[in-house]
Amino acid sequence: MIPAAFEYARASSVEEASKLLKTYGEDAKVLAGGHSLIPLMRLRLAQPKALVDINGIKDLDYIKEDGSKLRFGALTRHVTIEHSAVVKQKLPILAEVASEIGDNQVRNMGTIGGVVAHADAAGDYPTIALMLDAEIVTNRRTIAAKDFFKDIFTTPLAADEIVIEVVFPVANGPHKYIKFRRRLFDWAIVGAAAQKMNGGWRIGLTNVGPTPVRAKAVEEALHTGAKPEEAAQHASDGLNPSGDLRASPEYKKHLARVLTKRAIEQAE
Amino acid sequence: MAVSQLVGARIHRREDPRLITGHGRYTDDLPHQGVVHLVVVRSPHAHARIRSISIDAAKKAPGVLAVYTAPDFKDIIAGPATFAVAPVFAPNKLTNPPRYPIAAKEVCYQGEPVAVVIAGERGQAADGAQLVDVDYEVLPAVMDIEAAAKPGSAKVHSDQPDNIAWDTTYVPWEATEEAFKTADVVVKERILQQRLSPNPMESRVVMAEYDSFDKRLTMWLSTQNPHWIRLFVAGALGMGEQAVRVISHDVGGGFGSKISPYPEDFIVPACAKLLDRPVKYTETRTEAMQNAYAGRGQIFDVEVAAKKDGTLLGMRVTQLLDAGAYMALFSAFQTCACLMAGGAYHWNAISSRSQAVLTNKIPTDPYRGAGRPEATHVAERMMDVLALELDMDPVELRRKNFIRKEEFPYTQNFGLTIDSGDYETTMDKALKIAGYDDLRKKQKEQRKHGKLVGIGLSTWIELCGLGPGAATGPATGGVVLSESAQVKIHPAGGVSIYVGTHNHGQGNDTTHAQIAADTLGIPMEQIDIRHGDTNEGPGFGYGTYGSRSLAVGGIAILRSCNKVIEKGKQVAAHLLEAAEEDIVFDHGKFHVKGAPDKSKALGEVAFAAYGQLPAGMEQGLEAVAYFEPPNFVWPFGTHICVVEVDAETGAVDIQKYVAVDDCGNVINPMIVAGQLHGGIAQGIAQALFEEMVYDDESGQLKSATFLDYAMLTANEMPEIQLDSTVTPSPTNDLGVKGIGEAGTIASTAAVINAICDALSPLGIKHVDMPATSDRLWLQMQRARGASSNGKEARK
Ligand SMILES: Cc1cc2nc3c(=O)[nH]c(=O)nc-3n(C[C@H](O)[C@H](O)[C@H](O)COP(=O)(O)OP(=O)(O)OC[C@H]3O[C@@H](n4cnc5c(N)ncnc54)[C@H](O)[C@@H]3O)c2cc1C
Repeated sequence: MIPAAFEYARASSVEEASKLLKTYGEDAKVLAGGHSLIPLMRLRLAQPKALVDINGIKDLDYIKEDGSKLRFGALTRHVTIEHSAVVKQKLPILAEVASEIGDNQVRNMGTIGGVVAHADAAGDYPTIALMLDAEIVTNRRTIAAKDFFKDIFTTPLAADEIVIEVVFPVANGPHKYIKFRRRLFDWAIVGAAAQKMNGGWRIGLTNVGPTPVRAKAVEEALHTGAKPEEAAQHASDGLNPSGDLRASPEYKKHLARVLTKRAIEQAE
Repeated sequence: MAVSQLVGARIHRREDPRLITGHGRYTDDLPHQGVVHLVVVRSPHAHARIRSISIDAAKKAPGVLAVYTAPDFKDIIAGPATFAVAPVFAPNKLTNPPRYPIAAKEVCYQGEPVAVVIAGERGQAADGAQLVDVDYEVLPAVMDIEAAAKPGSAKVHSDQPDNIAWDTTYVPWEATEEAFKTADVVVKERILQQRLSPNPMESRVVMAEYDSFDKRLTMWLSTQNPHWIRLFVAGALGMGEQAVRVISHDVGGGFGSKISPYPEDFIVPACAKLLDRPVKYTETRTEAMQNAYAGRGQIFDVEVAAKKDGTLLGMRVTQLLDAGAYMALFSAFQTCACLMAGGAYHWNAISSRSQAVLTNKIPTDPYRGAGRPEATHVAERMMDVLALELDMDPVELRRKNFIRKEEFPYTQNFGLTIDSGDYETTMDKALKIAGYDDLRKKQKEQRKHGKLVGIGLSTWIELCGLGPGAATGPATGGVVLSESAQVKIHPAGGVSIYVGTHNHGQGNDTTHAQIAADTLGIPMEQIDIRHGDTNEGPGFGYGTYGSRSLAVGGIAILRSCNKVIEKGKQVAAHLLEAAEEDIVFDHGKFHVKGAPDKSKALGEVAFAAYGQLPAGMEQGLEAVAYFEPPNFVWPFGTHICVVEVDAETGAVDIQKYVAVDDCGNVINPMIVAGQLHGGIAQGIAQALFEEMVYDDESGQLKSATFLDYAMLTANEMPEIQLDSTVTPSPTNDLGVKGIGEAGTIASTAAVINAICDALSPLGIKHVDMPATSDRLWLQMQRARGASSNGKEARK
């Protein structure tokens, strides 16, 4: 509960942040909302030598409409996404997801860039990003969501690479995200997302493996006319979730099926 | 007493504005010049031999002032006797390993102190602690209590003969032979009480300063009973109590975990002495979760014998208790579960046995309710198991067997005398509020549609107000849990009252002031209630736990106020030129009998009391009273819970919660409601969410953060409908009973009974706590798989 000593620097531009990261080397970390990083540091599970605080970078907190896309600056807080009129209209599932992340403190501080960079298996945005073929833009390149979430806490980001924005397609058809958890502010035990898009369904799952999962088998079954209940049986195809204190692997697979069914049925 | 003005009124807690605006005086907030910080190096293993400890690197770390290990304390902290007392209710004390605040050769639980690092800054001490290099030889961790109890089990302490801390049979099995022989039905169940982490909002903090010239020690710490700590610490450090001052101002919750002393309570003052500097230890949340004395941790095997018509005959109950690595000071109090397992009912006979087993875990100790939630869970669960077996409405089964109003005082099977009660009236009130008959009708309909809806009752009773010497004395080796209060009326009429209880959420500063204000006939604002400083007030205070602050402490206040009034009468007689016998005290005024207009106010009498008085009369207007209760007090009530279990996911939704409780006369209904809300929340949390989970092999605590240890929050709380009945206690002057633990005692059974009722159509008779969704899902899966010939749902 007492972090190890570390250096601290506050960047005012992406370039400066990148430069600082390079100077400090491998053991430096970007500090965004701090709501994943700081708990790890307090438990000394993470002991970075230096933190490069990007909260002072002015133009990383935005939501921009860009034709058929919505661009979210990396520093956009969950609370902003939750209440954004544009998001509610153009990508309502993301506003719904944002409203259910953690508690008020977490939503006031946590950022979309932080969630994707952190790549926690139980993170909620990554599921939506993967399901909707979002893109992660860094100070170097653009990476498709399907190439970004490699493994638990593992992304292709280089040590001095910074997430600048996350770009989603507009999707405002029927949708639903069901997050199953013990307590209201808990992380998902399992989450299931359903989004009607371009005439078909997109189905995503949270915390059923090391990375978010797109349930293509369910999508295809629905495409070929299966009823939600039948299609949802495929939600656990190929899954091999690990068990934890909240759920056994079997239970997680079961939840994947039940929640997928409910998400499709309740999508509106 | 004067005509009641404040007693019974809904008065806001007078301590709250201070606490909720950040003006509390918690130990960690106290400014202290020159204080240095101590961080404890703890064993990462549940069980290991210490081969060597290397402190060189730590000593050289920036800011580090000292690193100490066990040998450094040898001459300063006296032997292991510090922690050991005879286990309560356990005449056959068996393996009771000695415990020294810091391990020298063997560590027996994860988190046991092995070294301390002291530095100018807390962060420096933590960094230094990381550099202490301990070479451990890992030993097998003994985690399972049933296995630990078996002969030939691996041992928790390698130098002890076995792992059995106590094994006591209260009433032998033969006593219930007749009951079980003549019974029409016998039902059996194994009931688990998972280990719980107490999690007070404020973790523990200990700060100590030693004055090496005057040889005086001052300690500030977060404790429920400063006087006990003074007794133990003075003893261990070989100091007189007059030289030790223990201060515990505001404490952010205890729930029982701050009753017994902890290693740091000895280590910190010892370090202050060694270093000759003030030293502070602030427990981290991780340490609190790992190393606060845990609650519960028991297995009950229960059998009930009854007649076909539901008449209860006999019960046999065995408690297997997880004592942890050492016996905590009051851990054996939890055996009262055996003595209370019969609940609110008539029995021909009950046999019971308690066995406590050592394991390589932090010790268990009383946690809100301590033994009584377990007893209630046993009694109330078994009522429902039996009702299901007999196809009887659980309400009717209870009604049939209740101890009746006219039978009180009622001496139950273990010789405890229940002072008063009216169980049926309270239950009927709760049934009415809940709309029980309608709920059952609706349930029938809902079941047709496959909905798993259940209704659960808990008709709880409790023994509290610890405690009469006749009961506590023999059980503790002579400890009597009396309580003290001192009232000082100062010359200008201001009143200071020093109480031996503590206040860490109970609202005592308010209720105690209400009692004193009414008794002395003056406004509350004129009265200061002071607690938590051993240099103030009476010679000893017994502290706050076991729902005793009002039922024992409150009476001491009342009596000390009355003593002061008696003295005031002498002074008033002098002032009013009347005989002392003719002086009447009423509404804060002394007057001559029959002449109320000829009077002197308390303040005037106080002023006079410090001035010139007739020869032979002593100055001063103050008094001390100790109150030893003649019996426990016995609150009771009925809680009703309605749940729906999601048939697909196993998730539990509490749809209704009604609680009708009886704690005798009520000093402040708002505070009673607050205590019930909190208690019920803790009970629901145990029923549905909380559990300390250890790795079976390594003994590591897996539920070591709030991410995994699911304390419930306001979001998970159902709306609670509270009501009450009033059956005053006949054994104290105020007719009051305790209510601090009642919510926790009552609620687990109500919730679990509701869940079991909901799942009964699947043939499920019992579920264990916490009834998490994955556990219920698995149980439903098995029940469904087991076929559809399970016992049919209650019609
Ligand atoms: C009690 C609690 C409950 C929570 N519940 C949920 C939940 O249900 N669902 C959920 O999704 N999240 C949850 N979170 C996590 C929360 O959303 C975090 O805020 C988020 O995961 C990380 O975002 P952050 O801005 O706080 O990042 P930080 O903690 O600051 O950083 C996290 C990691 O990402 C890196 N990083 C951050 N920003 C960038 C960037 N722009 N470029 C490169 N690297 C970067 C950091 O170096 C660090 O390694 C919860 C957190 C808490 C404390």
